[in-house]
Amino acid sequence: MTNYIIRRILQMIPVLFGVTLLVFLLLRVSGDPVQLMLGEDATAEQVAQLRAAMGLDRPLHVQYISYMSDLLRGDFGTSIRYNNQPALQVVLERLPATAQLAGMALFVAIVISLPAAIIAAYWRGRIPDYIASFLSVLGQAMPSFWFGIMLILIFGITLSWLPVSGQDQPGAVILPGLALGASLAGVLTRLLRSSLLEVMNQDFIRTARAKGLHPRTIIFRHVLRNSILSYLTVIGLETAALMAGAVVTEQVFAWPGIGLLVIQAINFRDMAVVQAVIILSAIIVMMTSLIVDILYSLIDPRIQHG
Amino acid sequence: MADIHILATGRASSRLADLRLSGVAIVCIGILTIFILMAIFAAFIAPYEPSLPDLRARLAPPVWNEGGTMAHILGTDHLGRDMLSRLVYGSRIALLVGFFGVIVASLIGTAIGLIAGFVGGAVDSVLMAVVNTLLAVPNTLLYITVLAVFGQSLTLLIIVIGCINWTTFARVVRGEVLSIKQREFIEASRAIGQRPIVTMIRHILPNVLGPIIVIATMNVAMLIILEATLSFLGLGVQPPTVTWGRMLADGRDYVATAWWLAALPGVMITLLTLSLIFLGDWLRDRLDTRSDQ
Repeated sequence: MTNYIIRRILQMIPVLFGVTLLVFLLLRVSGDPVQLMLGEDATAEQVAQLRAAMGLDRPLHVQYISYMSDLLRGDFGTSIRYNNQPALQVVLERLPATAQLAGMALFVAIVISLPAAIIAAYWRGRIPDYIASFLSVLGQAMPSFWFGIMLILIFGITLSWLPVSGQDQPGAVILPGLALGASLAGVLTRLLRSSLLEVMNQDFIRTARAKGLHPRTIIFRHVLRNSILSYLTVIGLETAALMAGAVVTEQVFAWPGIGLLVIQAINFRDMAVVQAVIILSAIIVMMTSLIVDILYSLIDPRIQHG
Repeated sequence: MADIHILATGRASSRLADLRLSGVAIVCIGILTIFILMAIFAAFIAPYEPSLPDLRARLAPPVWNEGGTMAHILGTDHLGRDMLSRLVYGSRIALLVGFFGVIVASLIGTAIGLIAGFVGGAVDSVLMAVVNTLLAVPNTLLYITVLAVFGQSLTLLIIVIGCINWTTFARVVRGEVLSIKQREFIEASRAIGQRPIVTMIRHILPNVLGPIIVIATMNVAMLIILEATLSFLGLGVQPPTVTWGRMLADGRDYVATAWWLAALPGVMITLLTLSLIFLGDWLRDRLDTRSDQ
């Protein structure tokens, strides 16, 4: 097991290397931050001075080497926009807000998908199944930001039940959480439904039925237990989608997380912050997938990692 | 030789010929056809010029609302532009990005998946490392950064989508190739001395078409949502070209007073993506493929 974890962590290195190279190239070939920082009135001399100070006048590969050695020391550069604060710090300050939103979305997705999938599988091919299946496809088909705006329209404006922007008021996380979680709820319902149905077709379930067990006992005791693993895996893997979805959801609800930060940073050409967000998300995505794999083998002892 | 060829292509093509339509499929294909016709004949269908402001008719509600008139069946926006005309024109960008994005992405992804699976070894490792790198970064972040850096145009958008979105195709095709590679007809094709490239294109490719079609259908829906998202963030195709995402972004400021501005573009997007996803599901059931979505 320890060997497996070590090997998995080693496998992350080339991917992280690829991500940093990608980000580096992307941001270096982009616009010139110096021009943006100094404005249009700057003299050529001032521009050259700042470029030299920032190291932007050196050849690309030299820049990359110094960039990598900085990264390895945890130095992601300083934010142009936030008073030259370390970019990593700027991003980490926003991380709890995004984590809270993603957590709420995950909660929404699980609370909806678990009963919906069980209902759909239990009444397979009947009306409850059709309703649950249609709603789960609808959850995937709706753009989350549109769903968010409609939630604002209905629950924020028409009914005035819930706050629609910012993070400060109580209950502020509910609407953005719903908007972000709806699509994941759809994905999870579809997945769990088909995995429940697959298990229901297996011999041991037929035995349980023949034994005269109550259908409810069969579903909860035997079927669900055997389907839950793939469900958990997908929850883990969908973290990436949640992070990406948060970008636009935070925009709609003015939620002060990483998504809002990254859009502002891009508009401001605040490259240090953009790269810190991208690299940090990549690390989070990879760590989650590692944790899911480890949990997987802990829950299901049949899976052996050599 | 001829027999081998039939053996190799038989599976996928007979399945494709076997597509009997279901009720859901007919409805989905119907909705898609309407959208495609709408995009092609937008100039004839739209009652007004989509970007023509009419400040006297600002924020007119749809006809079924109080104060709505037949002059603007779906109302007007904050500049008095006709909503129906804008919605009709908006389908153009959505479908163009969806279809061409998928074409570019599936070509790149299929080629890379075929090569990785068929050649194997170091080539496979390198290609899969690229795939894993792209998968590790939340894609929306990548799109936003690339488009902010390189500017926004329809062509660029489609190219960027092609360059980022191919990973799903590559992974699925590679997986299929790895299993097909073991089968007798591939061995037979090798044994009679066919060049690898011929084996790949004539014998392996037809057998992975099923999964490709299923993923492509689902992917069009995903790209339509992506396009709307990017336009919503101001990073899609720029005005005066009409996009549903931009309409939604504009309408958001008026959501308290004029709900139709933000609501209607979303209804269009959802209708289109809904029918694509259902169609993809139906295709998957019919083609009985093991795609991972």
